[in-house]
Amino acid sequence: MEMTRKQELAVIAEKIRLGVIEATHAAGSGHPGGSLSIADILAYLYFEEMNVNVENAKDENRDRFVLSKGHTAPALYSALALKGFFPVEELLTLRKNDSRLQGHPDMKGIPGVDMTTGSLGLGISAACGMALAGKLNNKDYRVYTILGDGESEEGQVWEASMFANHYKLDNLCVIIDSNGLQIDGPVAEIIGPAPFEPKLAAFGYNVITIDGHDLDQIEAAFRAARECKDRPTAIVANTVKGKGVSFMENKVNWHGAAPKDADYLVAVEEIKARIGG
Amino acid sequence: MAEKIATRETYGNALVELADKYDFVVLDADLAEATKTIKFKKAYPERFFDCGIAEGNMMSVAAGLAAAGKMAFVSSFAMFAAGRAFEQARNSVCYPHLNVKIGATHAGITVGEDGATHQCIEDLTLMRSIPGMTVVNPCDAVEARAAVEAAMQTYGPFYLRFGRFACPVLNDAESYKFELGKGVMLRDGKDATVVATGYMVHLALEAAEELKAEGIDVRVINIHTIKPLDKDIVVKAAKETGAIVTAEEHTVIGGLGSAVTEAVCEACPVPVLRVGVEDKFGKSGNVPKLLEEYGLTAKNIADKVRAAVKMK
Repeated sequence: MEMTRKQELAVIAEKIRLGVIEATHAAGSGHPGGSLSIADILAYLYFEEMNVNVENAKDENRDRFVLSKGHTAPALYSALALKGFFPVEELLTLRKNDSRLQGHPDMKGIPGVDMTTGSLGLGISAACGMALAGKLNNKDYRVYTILGDGESEEGQVWEASMFANHYKLDNLCVIIDSNGLQIDGPVAEIIGPAPFEPKLAAFGYNVITIDGHDLDQIEAAFRAARECKDRPTAIVANTVKGKGVSFMENKVNWHGAAPKDADYLVAVEEIKARIGG
Repeated sequence: MAEKIATRETYGNALVELADKYDFVVLDADLAEATKTIKFKKAYPERFFDCGIAEGNMMSVAAGLAAAGKMAFVSSFAMFAAGRAFEQARNSVCYPHLNVKIGATHAGITVGEDGATHQCIEDLTLMRSIPGMTVVNPCDAVEARAAVEAAMQTYGPFYLRFGRFACPVLNDAESYKFELGKGVMLRDGKDATVVATGYMVHLALEAAEELKAEGIDVRVINIHTIKPLDKDIVVKAAKETGAIVTAEEHTVIGGLGSAVTEAVCEACPVPVLRVGVEDKFGKSGNVPKLLEEYGLTAKNIADKVRAAVKMK
């Protein structure tokens, strides 16, 4: 990737992170850890990969995104705000009584949200439905969905995987945000869904493993996914939960806890230092 | 005796007959032979998708299709459509109010020999509790055909309840006018009202005939749309006849009986007695014997009417 573009996307990813911290701090609740781990992937999807913008938000031909791990809505909202779907300041209303920004994505009320999600395992199935509709309507849009590694413990993820592969949904790209932690502890210690690659390959996916914070690898994976025909692609993105906020990284307690004032100030300072200017 | 047709047969036929008129796809979960979506599969294979035995995924896939503008019918037995996939129906379909139609067959005790695990008697309760879900339980083949078309014409989530067991055709295919959300007075009366749905409607008419001989003049109302309930026709019946008996092939907890009781209690409290499955599971057996055993009979409806009239 061209260096200037890479730097621009890196800054967007940091701005997504800043929005996550601002929003969860203002809300006093929410899920910063898994929101921070997908910031780089979301930056690439919304600002490089997908043909989505405010003007074509209802266009049948646009690409779609489904946040199957819906609890990390702060990252999605932050990306959508940066994209212009609503003011960045609105992120501060997250989870509040009069806000559009529900705790989990609500497609009816929130501009730019393509699918209502939050209950784990359901989003990937909906993404399959969207991809199938694209095939039926002879549209060439693509559908992207991000799942948590913990989410893969839901049986429906594998029901959907059978469906996606049976119907050769090569316009579907499943991303597993493998940050290694879920609410009750390390994913490997809870029920251990890993290793993902052989399981996904056995279900028929074109499997690609990347460092989910490396924009070059992210780009290469999405390009390879586009090239793959007759089967869906699954990208296993190895990530760091809480990425970009030093005291949150790899700490399970930041799965579902918002930063209070002192932590918030440190986090904002760290992120702003990387944004610069 | 009137011709008998199972409403699941009508469902399968209606999908085929209406395929050119409306743009929709059909999903099933390895029960196409039984739900009768097989008819659609044979006629329109490119619009039919078997999801395998994975009802939760099927429901959310349908939501995704609808979110991308494609109306989807999803079919399975009521137990798996309303039971197994309840949460997907709630969160994937109804919360975003998507255009998904659930065609649930093999509802109620009339499943017969398969027994309790497959006799869903809780589906009306479950589906009625979800905001934005329209719930329709047709009483015969004519009404079932009309309900399928109404679902195609009306945007939003629908739960359509069909039976496995053949039941009498009460309505005239040529003249019947189906109005979504409107109860149908099949017979006027002044002493009590039987409000019935689905398979119980013809039994309610039998009960009314039996009671006429005793001098009890019974109104019979067919409620095909459980939600939104036609409260006007129910409250009017409460005011004018002073006693109500509900009849459903379903648990008495949370279905038609509860919906009618709620409406009556809020507007014009009169005695309401309920005929339905009394907080029990079903069991295997021959359908007529099961209906006897669970009190889903014209005789039981008549007994309840006599009791309700005494309570006035």
